[in-house]
Amino acid sequence: MIETRTLPTRYVTHPGEIKTSSGKTLRTDEMIINMGPQHPSTHGVLRLEVVLDGEIVVDVIPHIGYLHRCFEKHAEHMTNYQQVIPYCDRMDYLASMNNDWGYALAVERLMKIEVPPRVEYIRVIMAELQRIASHLIAIGTYGIDMGAFTPFLWCFRDRERILDLFEMTCGARLLYNYIWVGGLSHDLPPGFVEKAKDFCAYFKPNIKELNDVLSYNEIFVKRTANVGVLPADVAINYACSGPTLRASGVNFDLRRDEPYGVYDKFEWDVIVGKGEMGTVGDCWDRYMVRVWEMEQSVRIIEQALAQLPEGNVQAAIPKRIRPDAGEIYVRTESPRGELGFYIVSDGSGTPYRIKARSPAFVNLSVLPEISRGCMLADLVAIVGSIDIVLGEVDR
Amino acid sequence: MGLLDQRFENSNVLVTSLEGLLNWARLSSLWQMQFGLACCAIEMMAASASNFDIMRFGVIPRATPRQADVMIVSGTVTLKMASRIKRLYDQMAEPRYVISMGSCSNCGGPYWEHGYHVLKGVDRVIPVDVYVPGCPPRPEALLEGIMKLQEKVRKESVVKQKSA
Amino acid sequence: MTAEEIVQLLQSHFGDAIVESKFDVPQPFVVVDSKRMKEVAFVLRDDEALQFDYCSCISGVDYNDGRLGAIYHLYSTVHRHKIVLKAFCTKENPHIQSVAAVWGGANWHEREAYDLIGIIFDEHPDLRRILLPYDWEGYPLRKDYKVPEFYNGMKVPY
Repeated sequence: MIETRTLPTRYVTHPGEIKTSSGKTLRTDEMIINMGPQHPSTHGVLRLEVVLDGEIVVDVIPHIGYLHRCFEKHAEHMTNYQQVIPYCDRMDYLASMNNDWGYALAVERLMKIEVPPRVEYIRVIMAELQRIASHLIAIGTYGIDMGAFTPFLWCFRDRERILDLFEMTCGARLLYNYIWVGGLSHDLPPGFVEKAKDFCAYFKPNIKELNDVLSYNEIFVKRTANVGVLPADVAINYACSGPTLRASGVNFDLRRDEPYGVYDKFEWDVIVGKGEMGTVGDCWDRYMVRVWEMEQSVRIIEQALAQLPEGNVQAAIPKRIRPDAGEIYVRTESPRGELGFYIVSDGSGTPYRIKARSPAFVNLSVLPEISRGCMLADLVAIVGSIDIVLGEVDR
Repeated sequence: MGLLDQRFENSNVLVTSLEGLLNWARLSSLWQMQFGLACCAIEMMAASASNFDIMRFGVIPRATPRQADVMIVSGTVTLKMASRIKRLYDQMAEPRYVISMGSCSNCGGPYWEHGYHVLKGVDRVIPVDVYVPGCPPRPEALLEGIMKLQEKVRKESVVKQKSA
Repeated sequence: MTAEEIVQLLQSHFGDAIVESKFDVPQPFVVVDSKRMKEVAFVLRDDEALQFDYCSCISGVDYNDGRLGAIYHLYSTVHRHKIVLKAFCTKENPHIQSVAAVWGGANWHEREAYDLIGIIFDEHPDLRRILLPYDWEGYPLRKDYKVPEFYNGMKVPY
């Protein structure tokens, strides 16, 4: 027997009557529209049940889980800690490097492993390159959602350059398995530093170009400014993180506030939404925080490349990783926000329990809160501006 | 007009089989259902973006199954999603083709053993014409898959099959 | 505030609702009575000196000894301090009071813990499965979970 609490929610709609000018009586009622799981602007297999009063959104119920790939079960059943990393890759497939790092860092903190300085620098370079690549997809697809196709092509053109850098480093375009517990799978290839510098020089003017074509475009601004405003207190109460939180004016970035790696050695700014085109925390702010963050990432990469030390890329760790019994929660800043790994170890060679706190999952939970009262077409703008990756929402 | 452009001196007649003409027309405009599932969808997007330009094969993304010829199942099919995929496939008009992109939709991929919520191969719910291996396959691999499907279409016949 | 001070403050407020606390681990934690979770959470959020306004993560754990646990990682964006809360229940009676009224972000985390581990969060506004389909049976992340042979006519094992 299915318990009652497992059944889907049923809405209580509000039937009513209106009088037309000719004196006729018309019955009215709220409409329930299903959006997704196959929909071009839900960024994957998100399903939204939208309750509409005419064209105005009364309520949104997100249904997720269409890509639930049992990450946590796999993590418990691998034969050792290193084998979890490929699954971390596939969790947030737009930011594999950041996910690998988050997991590796959690295991390293659990075992109190220090990694060599060269590793720390390479990790920062990779994570920031990945952040740019991820933001480029977010921006490009957001452009498509808003009806602009050209920025998508431009963003993918630039992203391919980053993927080329990754490919020459570890052979993969999307899922890298590069950052390992205690180090990296292998060192940077010859010529990487020069190519990465070339990329930074190439990419900086492109941000301006992107702003000209999309960010300050009248149509785009009209579609996104003052839409889906997320106030700071709601954002914190819902534990939003990353660009979604910062766009609401909260100056919080784990890279600065809980420094990991070598982020404290670089000079860069935390980007905060200012409400330049409308209200603080609207869709345009969320979008724009990503654009300016790319610029800051380039700054970090340039400094890291200049300071890159020589040395080993694997810390001296035992072949078989066996942390002592204990538990740890480590959070890092992925492109979408606070990526946390809660690892429970029972002293054996496999994790007893891993819970991944994915930023997109939490950010998505605020969607009903900010989309009530908007137009149906604005809902597309709001979903796009949260920048969800369903692989991470569902894990 | 592509290959034949500017090749003839006078207006003229070409002789070909009706079947060849129809198949050529069909294989040159395989409209794809715009439909992404997981990691492979990103590579599918990359394939349709600037560097790989899948549209030169006549593959145009359509947002509805009614207008699509080919469904690219790009990513892990979960049990929750499987019934939706079946429904989308049922809504496509004949002749319809399915490309299974990536290890997950081929056979479950890395999730084959412990994935309690993963369908171990999309061919358990819908028939598949072309399997593209890889985790994820490169965009080039997807293009190769499209070309393999074109070969398949080219060999198809409109003649009624004799019952055996 | 340090973890010791936080726990002292909580004990002065609630006394026996604070079951246990441990400080000699990398991340100190407090075990809270699972039936009084909500009032403790309200104080944690609203007390001037605590202000834990950011509920990072709620994880369900099956300890394989008849106990289930919910682990709350809290953070204060004002004071920049952290604390870990734990609440335990038994497999036979898996009830923990919900904190979804306190932190909006807890809502989906609790639904996930219910979905995968089977902890029932009392007073939750909308407790239903979130990742798995509504007609799924069992809680997959429990250690004694058996993968079903078929789901809706589809074979599940390879």
